[in-house]
Amino acid sequence: MPKSKKVVEWKPVDIKTELLKQYPPKVARKRAKQILINEAQENSAPPEIMANVRTIPGIITMRGCTYAGCKGVIMGPTSDIVNLVHGPIGCSFYAWLTRRNQTSASGEKNENFITYCMSTDMQDSDIIFGGEKKLAAAIQEAYDLFHPKSIAVFATCPVGLIGDDIHAVAKRMKEKFGDCNVFAFSCEGYKGVSQSAGHHIANNQVFTHLVGTSTTEKTDKYKINLLGEYNIGGDGFEIDRILKKCGITNIATFSGNSTYDQFASANQADLSCVMCHRSINYVADMLEVKYGIPWIKVNFIGANATAKSLRKIAQYFGDDSLSERVEKVITEEMPSVEAICKNVYPRTEGKKAMMFVGGSRAHHYQELFKEMGMKVLSAGYEFAHRDDYEGRQVLPNLKVDADSRNIEEIHVEPDPSLYKPRKSEDEKSSLEEKGLKFKHYEGLNPDMESGSIVIDDLNQYEAERLVQLMKPDIFCAGIKEKFSIQKMGIPMKQLHSYDSGGPYAGFKGAINFYQEIDRLVNSKVWSLMKAPWEESPELSATYVWE
Amino acid sequence: MRKVAIYGKGGIGKSTTTQNTVAGLAEMGRKIMVVGCDPKADSTRLLLGGLAQKSVLDTLREEGEDVELDDIRKPGYGKTWCVESGGPEPGVGCAGRGIITSINMLESLGAYEQSEGLDYAFYDVLGDVVCGGFAMPIRDGKAEEIYIVCSGEMMAMYAANNICKGIMKFAQSGRVRLGGLICNSRNVDNEKEMIQELAKKIGTQMIYFVPRDNDVQRAEINRKTVIEWKPEAKQADEYRGLAKAIDENKMFVIPKPLEIETLEQLLMEYGLMQAA
Repeated sequence: MPKSKKVVEWKPVDIKTELLKQYPPKVARKRAKQILINEAQENSAPPEIMANVRTIPGIITMRGCTYAGCKGVIMGPTSDIVNLVHGPIGCSFYAWLTRRNQTSASGEKNENFITYCMSTDMQDSDIIFGGEKKLAAAIQEAYDLFHPKSIAVFATCPVGLIGDDIHAVAKRMKEKFGDCNVFAFSCEGYKGVSQSAGHHIANNQVFTHLVGTSTTEKTDKYKINLLGEYNIGGDGFEIDRILKKCGITNIATFSGNSTYDQFASANQADLSCVMCHRSINYVADMLEVKYGIPWIKVNFIGANATAKSLRKIAQYFGDDSLSERVEKVITEEMPSVEAICKNVYPRTEGKKAMMFVGGSRAHHYQELFKEMGMKVLSAGYEFAHRDDYEGRQVLPNLKVDADSRNIEEIHVEPDPSLYKPRKSEDEKSSLEEKGLKFKHYEGLNPDMESGSIVIDDLNQYEAERLVQLMKPDIFCAGIKEKFSIQKMGIPMKQLHSYDSGGPYAGFKGAINFYQEIDRLVNSKVWSLMKAPWEESPELSATYVWE
Repeated sequence: MRKVAIYGKGGIGKSTTTQNTVAGLAEMGRKIMVVGCDPKADSTRLLLGGLAQKSVLDTLREEGEDVELDDIRKPGYGKTWCVESGGPEPGVGCAGRGIITSINMLESLGAYEQSEGLDYAFYDVLGDVVCGGFAMPIRDGKAEEIYIVCSGEMMAMYAANNICKGIMKFAQSGRVRLGGLICNSRNVDNEKEMIQELAKKIGTQMIYFVPRDNDVQRAEINRKTVIEWKPEAKQADEYRGLAKAIDENKMFVIPKPLEIETLEQLLMEYGLMQAA
């Protein structure tokens, strides 16, 4: 590490220049548009960031592929849908249980297929002669083994190249079984610029094939959907606990610990609450257009944010008894959270964090760091779009490029029998006046301090350079970054899989997070470790036979 | 052993020309293996007398890994060895990957070993070089000389030029060279001169001009090469001539494919010469 300059001497502008210095001019020009110094935004138009564009070949990106987004993120956490991967075995094996999304086997027959890794295991001859027959046989085998309500089929790269018609196979098998909904995802890894495309493909199919198919009526009073919550480390369990305590029924979580029936009855909720804006805002939109369910942005990461989100839900339903109950829950839960926060605060205050993760997490987790008095020096997303940084007001101006055109946009219309506006326009505008904003998300940038650095699609090189220059006390990203950062003596917390921790959502999750971060930022273990050449620059060795 | 691949636009007569030429070479006493790289598996029909044979990929699929050389090659006219790579039904799978697999299979079974005493291996490749699989014979030194079958028709010349691009790409990293253009006449105006000029511009030669003759068709109906069906026919001598030209060929070049404008210009010049 260069020791000549200390942290304080680096201005954000210099840091940006440093990051770009190493690149050829054309690459530097492109990256410059993806690295933004967050300016005070009151007087001038907010600065624009380039996002959701292809990673330049040769750059070691933090992004994942479309298949990862579809199979791994969206469909992975559902417990009673059999996930069958059509492709060579590795695609299935390495996407198996790697996200730490937990399930409680809460389906009708307590099925839990998440622990199974199913694949058609394509061989050379399947590539040459086509894999449709093998796929049909695998679907049949999965059906015979489990008799599931549904089987989801995922395409890997070679399937797209050889043109297996997985949708036709799925349709044929669905008709053959009669009691099993088989549907497929054209989520070949090479599609789109990041896993974001996979989320879109997954959600479109879930919306087309599942939502609204349930005939069982849900009669609870306060019914919501929780969109974009994936139950990593049990986050969803904690949120469900709180919602239940408040008397709010969560009809469907998309898609943490979700079940077939949840998806199928999502149209019966009266409000959609969006956690991860990036992965699912279009489902919220479609639920509104087709069924008349309004949506609001919520955030259950951070104790204050959780309280705020609960109050927003109560405000929507406009029932005093619900509001009272929500307040009661908050009053009950907060003391233990505050006690822990007070305990760690003296040790965490003023510590500096960096976060490069997800399409919402880099935003949500700022709440928790704020509660601990920590400062976020720099943050960014892997696969977000401009609206996740700058807010939804930029949506009409988003440039539609060839990459986004490649991903199917489904057009929905009000359902002839199921469309029922939950609130009239008047009711909605009176709620808006009281501060409850529908279809509203301001993005990451306004919540970041002026002068902090927002970086889209951070890569290996820039991550290491940033750590060298700004020396954060903790760096948050995913497994690919974990060890290279730790090698530099900086504690690293995975905010995809939570390492082996969690939950971090809700009230109990906040406590877990405070304690975990306190432990990490105050541990000296990584900085005490020295590589041999750092301690004695000259190494000598002999051959074993000498 | 000389390793020869025949490319050219679909329907130009690659398989017919290859088999008739191979018959000529066999008559000269050369030992040849013909590898059909076409999923239709019809590249050795004339040499085998129409005998349908099991393709490499079919055999591989049915027998698994336990495949013997004799399962996949059949003796044809003039002690030639005939192999069909085979492939998927139209519209499914990946024929290119199939060709890669079957050539690897032939290698691992020792079909090219010195002990086989081959003078020539001929690859008859489907259509254009559309993807990596169809380029397989010219990659990794599988084939070292390429002959492109073409005619004076515009699309055939486009295809020939395009194939040259593929050869150029692989020639820079390997040993593959262009041996010449074979003009399989369609009785186009100024055909011979035009192909000679095209060859010159690409940096190669028109190695032979095969005139159009219905004896080729008649022999095909009889499931034979012209040389086998009617050894005394004039067309049989033409194929003997082509076989000899290939056998004696010493001109192997890295082609210089033409810009589309130059190619169009060439067509205009020779096409209009007659019209005027």
